[in-house]
Amino acid sequence: MAPNSIHWFRKGLRLHDNPALLQAVRGAGTVRCVYFLDPWFAGSSNVGVNRWRFLLQCLEDLDANLRKLNSRLFVIRGQPANVFPRLFKEWKISRLTFEYDSEPFGKERDAAIKKLAMEAGVEVNVKTSHTLYDLDKIIELNGGQPPLTYKRFQTLISRLDPPEMPVETLSDALMGGCVTPVSEDHGDKYGVPSLEELGFDTEGLPTAVWPGGETEALTRIERHLERKAWVANFERPRMNANSLLASPTGLSPYLRFGCLSCRLFYFKLTDLYRKVKKNSSPPLSLYGQLLWREFFYTTATNNPRFDKMEGNPICVRIPWDKNPEALAKWAEAKTGFPWIDAIMTQLRQEGWIHHLARHAVACFLTRGDLWISWEEGMKVFEELLLDADWSVNAGSWMWLSCSSFFQQFFHCYCPVGFGRRTDPNGDFIRRYLPVLRGFPAKYIYDPWNAPESVQAAAKCVIGVHYPKPMVHHAEASRLNIERMKQIYQQLSRYRGLARLPRVTAAGASCSTFTIKKTRGRAAANSDCNRTYTSNSNSLVGRPLLSFVSITNIFELLGGYGYMLRI
Amino acid sequence: MKRIKGVEEDSNSSSSKSPPEVCKKVRKQTSDESVAVVASESTESDWARLPQELLLHIFQYLPLLDRAYASQVCRTWNQAFHMPELWRCFEFELNQPASSYLKATHPDLIKQIIKRHSNHLQYVSFKVDSSTESAEAACDILSQLVNCSLKTLGLISTARPSFMEVPKSHFISALTVVFVNSKSLSSLKIDDTPVDDPSLKVLVANNSDTLKLLKMSSCPHVSPAGILCVADQCHGLRELALNYHLLSDELLLALSSEKHVHLEHLRIDVVSENPGQHFHTIKKSSWDAMVRHSPKFNLVMYFFLYEDEFGPFFNEEVPVTHLYFGRSVSKEVLGRVGLHCPRLVELVVCANGLRPLDEELIRIAKHCTQLSAIGLGECEVSCSAFVEFVKMCGRRLSQLSIMEEVLIPDHKYSLDEIHWEVSKHLGRVWFPDMMPTW
Repeated sequence: MAPNSIHWFRKGLRLHDNPALLQAVRGAGTVRCVYFLDPWFAGSSNVGVNRWRFLLQCLEDLDANLRKLNSRLFVIRGQPANVFPRLFKEWKISRLTFEYDSEPFGKERDAAIKKLAMEAGVEVNVKTSHTLYDLDKIIELNGGQPPLTYKRFQTLISRLDPPEMPVETLSDALMGGCVTPVSEDHGDKYGVPSLEELGFDTEGLPTAVWPGGETEALTRIERHLERKAWVANFERPRMNANSLLASPTGLSPYLRFGCLSCRLFYFKLTDLYRKVKKNSSPPLSLYGQLLWREFFYTTATNNPRFDKMEGNPICVRIPWDKNPEALAKWAEAKTGFPWIDAIMTQLRQEGWIHHLARHAVACFLTRGDLWISWEEGMKVFEELLLDADWSVNAGSWMWLSCSSFFQQFFHCYCPVGFGRRTDPNGDFIRRYLPVLRGFPAKYIYDPWNAPESVQAAAKCVIGVHYPKPMVHHAEASRLNIERMKQIYQQLSRYRGLARLPRVTAAGASCSTFTIKKTRGRAAANSDCNRTYTSNSNSLVGRPLLSFVSITNIFELLGGYGYMLRI
Repeated sequence: MKRIKGVEEDSNSSSSKSPPEVCKKVRKQTSDESVAVVASESTESDWARLPQELLLHIFQYLPLLDRAYASQVCRTWNQAFHMPELWRCFEFELNQPASSYLKATHPDLIKQIIKRHSNHLQYVSFKVDSSTESAEAACDILSQLVNCSLKTLGLISTARPSFMEVPKSHFISALTVVFVNSKSLSSLKIDDTPVDDPSLKVLVANNSDTLKLLKMSSCPHVSPAGILCVADQCHGLRELALNYHLLSDELLLALSSEKHVHLEHLRIDVVSENPGQHFHTIKKSSWDAMVRHSPKFNLVMYFFLYEDEFGPFFNEEVPVTHLYFGRSVSKEVLGRVGLHCPRLVELVVCANGLRPLDEELIRIAKHCTQLSAIGLGECEVSCSAFVEFVKMCGRRLSQLSIMEEVLIPDHKYSLDEIHWEVSKHLGRVWFPDMMPTW
């Protein structure tokens, strides 16, 4: 009896390079591709209209492409755990397939579904295709712990076999005798909902700058590679004013939703490099964007508290300020710093900002100016940013707020200077903050310094038509660098760390220092006596630039609460 | 406990009896195990009779919460918990749920410490969050430390400087309680507080013999005369941190007078309040006097200025050892740094602007022969110049923290090749710092 299959779409919203989908149709009698949408979830969840629209466009695209194969997408309203048992019975399912989800709650959900399936006599097939590598292998290679520096991560993957080649796209041939029974009222029962149906008001909503879907993704990747080939240069492009704007070759949201296979991207990059450079081995830096994504997935996969500060073994406990008003000003682009406000406006309107823009606003919110918790920033990004999924978003925020990953914290992005250096003319500001259009380049980044006459000419009085700056940056950054220094100093002092530089074997992670733990009385007393003495003044010395990378991070970063050991 | 557990396991197989009878039965039956029984009996009671010195030693390894649990076990352990040696150091964490994610020290614990241990306290710090409530609570505790002879006092704001929100008189009176009663203050950390000249006079009047460290950056109510008074009277002062507006020629001369010990650290924050602010200059002769008096002292300077406010600085030789530029600093100023800072040990540049710093770095490598640490943020350096810089500094560069974006590949080196070159000259594996690009 040929099995009846369900392929469960979650991410991986594509027909190309989808091994789980191919497994669903292999030798099957019928196949139904499902996607679950909880209608109540849409209204209450922390996901903005741009993300919903992108998702719905992905689903529409899937449906359209499946139609070409005489199939359809089944959008099911409800929760998988509640609905699957009914579907298994109704459709007489004996096979369930889906793409592996490495995130902790994804794994939990899937374990529960697997159990349900087993009870219903349904065979479950899971395939990895959202990441380049099998993440558990990377962790295993690192002695059971995820690597916490990017360099270490790169070292580990250079020891692995290259990623598996992408599999073929689902086609009529591959479908074979497999069919999808589609009822007359499929559209009503299982059609892709509209934004209005989900409760969004779409009046006046501008067209999407980033249209969702696999078709769009595949067009983009060709454009992306064409541009790279034309430039014949695989170096990191220099940042200029144009880079800040949404690019028709940008791929990050498509990678996140799985409209574009990361493996396809990887191999196309490799092929192009070999063709242009006539060189057989591309450097790891070629895959930068993909590897950062992979790095964060790896560090997050076994850590259910990855998105929290409390109880997260890899996160430093920093005494962030709770300040809902300040947070709101940042989120709503009302900080009074045009550079920050323009970026946050672009984010809310379009759903994407350049990675250096992300650094700027993240630094401003956390360790640079407002001293607000990165968890708050992460939630705002989750709502607005198209390519922010759980692992990558949380990981990046921890990185940018210097809460983890041994990130140096001495340099702070200036909310005036950084923007000015990137786009001296201020066109980016004028585009997203039209109220400031009248300001000349000289004052557009710090309009509060403009003389009254200039403000009047620009028809924008600071404090009336545009807010005054919400912090004094020099003072805030002075305070905050001192805070960060205090925290890291106390971490290292508390644990009695001694620093022994060690030249590591070639290819291994650099800047590793072994820790000599001196616990107990002697260390504690000497700490007390020397609480605020030498080395506390050196910004670089031991506490700041000399970053300790340790063999057992869990011991170091836990227990910040007890600073003094008597 | 263990024995009874074992007995219960046995009783499952035998007939059910009440525990005491079964115990007796086991004791009679296990004559060949009697040695083990006796041993466990004696070890059990010994725990309560450990000598106090041993208990003290063990308790010192425990964090406060665990120690508190241990103190509930028996009377002896409870007594040990209250031994003075365990209450020398304490850090009061004062947070409000509305303004902080972290837990505060329990108010009952605070009460207990003030009641039973205030005269044991020697090294005390207060960590307050951004709420005025927390800062006021800290002041209240301070006012009650009448019986203390503190050696170290630290007032630390972990977020916004909430001590500045407390009414000045309240703060000053609380602080003077400690100044007057301690008489042996050695380290004092009062950055971002409303401390003023009169209270510094009180500090000096009572602690001039013992004061070794004073950190008071960003105390706006102190004047140069106020700090001069401290320098004049406290001849044991080894470490001082203050803002540039308090620095004067007189202060430096006072710190280098014959009566004064060698200074170890002097930290100066140069912060711009308003753009175009004018800063006074310090005479070269004053710096020279400092260096003559304390040849090994560290001069740490943090600059938070606009690019065009650096006029008064680095025009003559200045003995700075650790230099931090928190905002953008121009090529020209960095050039002057190369010429006039021969004692430079550490240099951190947050931002410069997009013109390569090649010449300036080479000059620094040449003239700053003590340089061992450098950090570059938003700057640009060509790869060849960077390699040249590292070659000139060689192995003395123990800290090299360069953002990946800083290095501009040129005809000689690409980004992938540069780390090998640099590693070669440094004698260890080196990579630039990276930021996520996603």
